[in-house]
Amino acid sequence: MKFKIWAVCCLAILGMISSGMAQENADTANRATTASISPPAPPGNLEPKDTPDDNGHSITLGWSLSPDDGAGNKSVLGYKIFRSTNRDTGFVERGVSPSGSKEYVDMGGAIPEENDYMPNDTDYYYKLRAVTSDSTVYSETGVIGPTQTTGEWFNRGRTLVLVFVLIFAMVTVFFIRKARSGAELFVRRLAGIEAVDEAIGRATEMGKPILYVLGLGTASDIATIASFSILGRVAKKIAEYQTGLIVPCYDAIVMTVAQETVRTAFLDAGRPDAYNEDMVYYVTSNQFGYVAAVNGTMLRQMPATNIYMGTFFAESLLLAETGALAGSVQIAGTDQVAQIPFFVVACDYTLIGEELYAASAYLSREPILLGSLKAQDYGKAAVIALSIIGIIAAQFNWTWLVELFKSAN
Amino acid sequence: MLVFTLALVMIIQYFVPNDLSLDTNEFLLKWIIIIGVFAMALGIWSLIRVSYEKIKRRVPGWQYPIATLLGLAAMIIFGFDYGRHFSTAEGLNNPMFLKFFLYIIIPIQSTMFALLAFYIASAAYRAFRARSALATLLLLAALIVMLRFNPYLGIFGQYLERTTSWLLNVPNLAAKRAIIIGIGLGSVATALKVMLGIERAYMGKD
Repeated sequence: MKFKIWAVCCLAILGMISSGMAQENADTANRATTASISPPAPPGNLEPKDTPDDNGHSITLGWSLSPDDGAGNKSVLGYKIFRSTNRDTGFVERGVSPSGSKEYVDMGGAIPEENDYMPNDTDYYYKLRAVTSDSTVYSETGVIGPTQTTGEWFNRGRTLVLVFVLIFAMVTVFFIRKARSGAELFVRRLAGIEAVDEAIGRATEMGKPILYVLGLGTASDIATIASFSILGRVAKKIAEYQTGLIVPCYDAIVMTVAQETVRTAFLDAGRPDAYNEDMVYYVTSNQFGYVAAVNGTMLRQMPATNIYMGTFFAESLLLAETGALAGSVQIAGTDQVAQIPFFVVACDYTLIGEELYAASAYLSREPILLGSLKAQDYGKAAVIALSIIGIIAAQFNWTWLVELFKSAN
Repeated sequence: MLVFTLALVMIIQYFVPNDLSLDTNEFLLKWIIIIGVFAMALGIWSLIRVSYEKIKRRVPGWQYPIATLLGLAAMIIFGFDYGRHFSTAEGLNNPMFLKFFLYIIIPIQSTMFALLAFYIASAAYRAFRARSALATLLLLAALIVMLRFNPYLGIFGQYLERTTSWLLNVPNLAAKRAIIIGIGLGSVATALKVMLGIERAYMGKD
């Protein structure tokens, strides 16, 4: 037994000695390698330029690789960027770019209180250092500059967006004017919206309220704004039919706007006395807390109809499934693509994507609003045409269309 | 007029990248936060009033609003750290606040989220019933996507993997993109309608 313990200890000591020797050998080899490094050739053509299409406070540097970067003696590990506001002194390291890279964006802060503040309209000088595995062995370019940063008045990367928005706005205004002049505009049938009237009637007959859920979006989300519009139309009909309305809100601002929407709709319907401020109430800004509260409301008050319009996330199925279990007629609409399948499965009617935005116009049947729907249809036709042109262009390896869309940022 | 002017400012801001433009954007976003704080006070007041009414009228489930009000009061009291740190976030480190948050709110949230699995199962059961040709197609696609995770399918699993990849990247992605493009156009059209004052139903007007 003693012999075994001795043998193990001896082996362990031998192992430690041999690993120590190996480490020593490796260190010796490293020193030899380090000692053999010669300074690399410096990178060339260092060119600092104001970064385009931004608010300034940033300079983009371009250069050509050192001959020893990936070639020659392959000693370059990367490039260090130095900046100063003085040609001769005060150079500060701004960052490191890996070997093989030819560009670096030196981005400073825009707020004077920040440590990294980089004021516009100031002269900046740069130099670039090709570094090796030995921090004492390197090569540098000369000092280049001065270069100034400037805030731009137009982001050229968004030209295409501007052109498209302008064209689309003109088409929309054209159809609105056409509708105003009395032209008949055909708008395809939206089953989900047509069901709203029927659902309100059903609720009235059953003497049960209608639950309207605005989703988890904020008042500045376009889907929530569209939902406010639909709520306004629905509330007006509810006021006319004298049906109950429940609007639990996730966001306090949304609640305030929704209260005003419903109140004005009741006033507009000639039933201001029927409006009760507690129809629209705040619940919580906690996602699953909100779900628990709304599901509880569904199961206790058993609304005849549940309308979900707005931005929804993981709670969509929790809400819609509970509504289905409660036996309510359910109409949903969201701009969240990932949630649409859940609504399609659990609801009786679902407005898909842009149908949510069309709902208010469809409910009102106002020609002016319907005019905007026609513009949307023409917009979609334009996108389809562009897609087909893109497919054809890709077959012939014409990249101009792809490049055109790539230029947008 | 106010809506139109502010909307125009925000549109211009999107295309102008300089400091003035960014500062304007930041200023307006700060206003949203300020309005949000005041709206939160209205929200809490609304919650208290609605809960109180339910308790007073003994509506079905009137006990729940009591729990709501107690929870609200407890979190406010502990959050303010007994009034010693009114203007800082120090109250968030209050041991009782943390206990309420970590041992009550988080487990309840997790429970609610976990329920989603069962809801998906029941919704899937309804959705995948082969009632029509399209529903059968949906069922087949779902089976392929689900079966690809089966480790006992051997070489057959590779075919399922490829088919799944095609289903997700071709027909599914094409449909998603079509919806996204529609949403983009609808957003612009809605923004224009609100900006031009054509759509005023969000203010309850026709």
